[in-house]
Amino acid sequence: MDNEMLEVKQPTYYEEVIRKGYNRRDFMKFASMMTAFIGLEKSSIGQVAKAMETKPRIPIIWLHFQECTCCSESFIRSSHPMVADILLDMVSLDYTETLMAASGIQAEQSLKNTMTKYKGEYILCVEGSVPLAADGVYCMIGGKTSMQILDEAAAGAKAVIAWGSCASNGCVQSAKPNPTQATPIHKIIKGKPIIKVPGCPPIGEVMAGVIVHLLTFGTIPELDRIGRPKAFYSKRVHDTCYRRPYFDAGLFVETFDDESARKGYCLYKVGCKGPTTYNACGVMKWNGGTSYPIQSGHGCIGCSEENYWDNGRLYDRASAFAGFGIESDADSIGKIALGATAVAIAGHAVATNFGKKNSIHDLENEGKESEHELPS
Amino acid sequence: MASKLLHIQRLRRVYVWELPVRLYHWLNALVLVALIVTGFYISNPLAIQTQRDASNSYIMGWFRYIHFAAAYLFFFNFLFRIYWGFVGNKFANWNQFIPTSKRFFQEMWTVFKIDILMLKKNGKEQHHLSIGHNAMAGFIYFLTFIAFLVQVFTGFGLYAAMGGWWLPNLFSWVPAMFGGDAFTRVVHHWAMWFFILFAVIHVYLVFYHDYVEGRGEISSMGGGWKFIEEEVFDKNKPQTPNPEKK
Repeated sequence: MDNEMLEVKQPTYYEEVIRKGYNRRDFMKFASMMTAFIGLEKSSIGQVAKAMETKPRIPIIWLHFQECTCCSESFIRSSHPMVADILLDMVSLDYTETLMAASGIQAEQSLKNTMTKYKGEYILCVEGSVPLAADGVYCMIGGKTSMQILDEAAAGAKAVIAWGSCASNGCVQSAKPNPTQATPIHKIIKGKPIIKVPGCPPIGEVMAGVIVHLLTFGTIPELDRIGRPKAFYSKRVHDTCYRRPYFDAGLFVETFDDESARKGYCLYKVGCKGPTTYNACGVMKWNGGTSYPIQSGHGCIGCSEENYWDNGRLYDRASAFAGFGIESDADSIGKIALGATAVAIAGHAVATNFGKKNSIHDLENEGKESEHELPS
Repeated sequence: MASKLLHIQRLRRVYVWELPVRLYHWLNALVLVALIVTGFYISNPLAIQTQRDASNSYIMGWFRYIHFAAAYLFFFNFLFRIYWGFVGNKFANWNQFIPTSKRFFQEMWTVFKIDILMLKKNGKEQHHLSIGHNAMAGFIYFLTFIAFLVQVFTGFGLYAAMGGWWLPNLFSWVPAMFGGDAFTRVVHHWAMWFFILFAVIHVYLVFYHDYVEGRGEISSMGGGWKFIEEEVFDKNKPQTPNPEKK
């Protein structure tokens, strides 16, 4: 029965839109928005619309491993309702544990069918990291470890999308000491194009933008060195922050309840990680462009950056100095080293006057004698 | 007063540090101070309370501007010094810094025993009188060059995302290698402490050598001259550079 369902010719996105009751105008709005999100010019709107009108949907398998499903949550809450209705509804046709109707054996069957039927065509979306410790028993679905499932699903995938920080860089569960050895996807899957879409969660529109790009062009978007789409991850939150003028002016919030905080000054000194975080939050914002962390008065925690959990404290610029305890940062260690150096130098200086007594004496006498030889 | 116990040295004036080396040294000192001061400010800016609009001030902007400008000066100055290590005089040569022989390490050990531990031989004080750098100093300068490289790579790596020029962009792989800007920034900050500790020890040792050896160690970076005892000079004659005292 499952097989029969999959035999049906895949509708295009446009057909699906119309079937869902949207009109042409809504569709064009959606196409325009997506064109802007994926960083294309206005003239490309037609290209995007055409792709959605003519191309059949991309078969997608969406796997969930060590994660909290916030990526899926973010995705279905994209500002434009069509994102959820169209992209996700169609996505879920194939396989995604959280949102699919099927369960148990039927769900496994659906996964298998998609993998065979669309071998080499489907996009594998992975939400969550893969635990490698203890042969992967920390995350098992249907009697298989996530490692096995990922290997099988990735073998026939056209490309892999690593949704969120878990799949892109390991996120919180890979923080030290990482007991389950949570591992991001790119360290496991080799030889497939991997698109990393980090963030905890990534912005829904960004996720939709990546899928629309794949659909429109049939290729993966341009990636940066780390493997993130350049359209969304080439600028730091800091570079697009509306509080940036306060940073440049040197006006900072010192504590969260001071006058500077009320004035909306820069949150740099209370630990904002915007200057080291590459994401589109400052531009796209969240919840339909309503706000983003800095706008609500809280610094960026750098959730889309690798190792952000271990890379320092959330409310402090300074970062812990490895091996010297949580409370010691580079500057306190540096000051101790400086103090020790000063003590050592003082000790050496004193010792010099004993250890090199004769040499110093000779020099002094030599100098004095020369002085005495001269007439006054 | 008659000279009864003194052996008055005849001194030979040796042109040790050429003008380009001295210019490099002082420019380097200046930009390093600028980099450290502005770097500290950038990492932990002062709390400024003002009624002025942000549009009227650019404090953080200026500190960062000075940091970046000084960084470029530092970088090109460093490149120049590497070049001078091949064309400059024997005391500026790269082989004064990079250990390539067993003798180099032996001399380092000698310096350690004589100048740090101040060991005596048969109850008598010992000297290690070199003309340019002694091997220990040379090696420490080699370490500073490595620290320079660390700062250049991490610094330009962090800067690459902001700069449009190809030069800093050459280093954009660095943060990717470190797994992001956050850790790159941490490395950049840690490495700065090496410069502070180096500067403190360096200045002390210059005074130490001047005090104990009395041959113009401090002023040598001004005029380029050192005043070398004729005995030492003659002894070194056949085997400069990289002399070793036995």
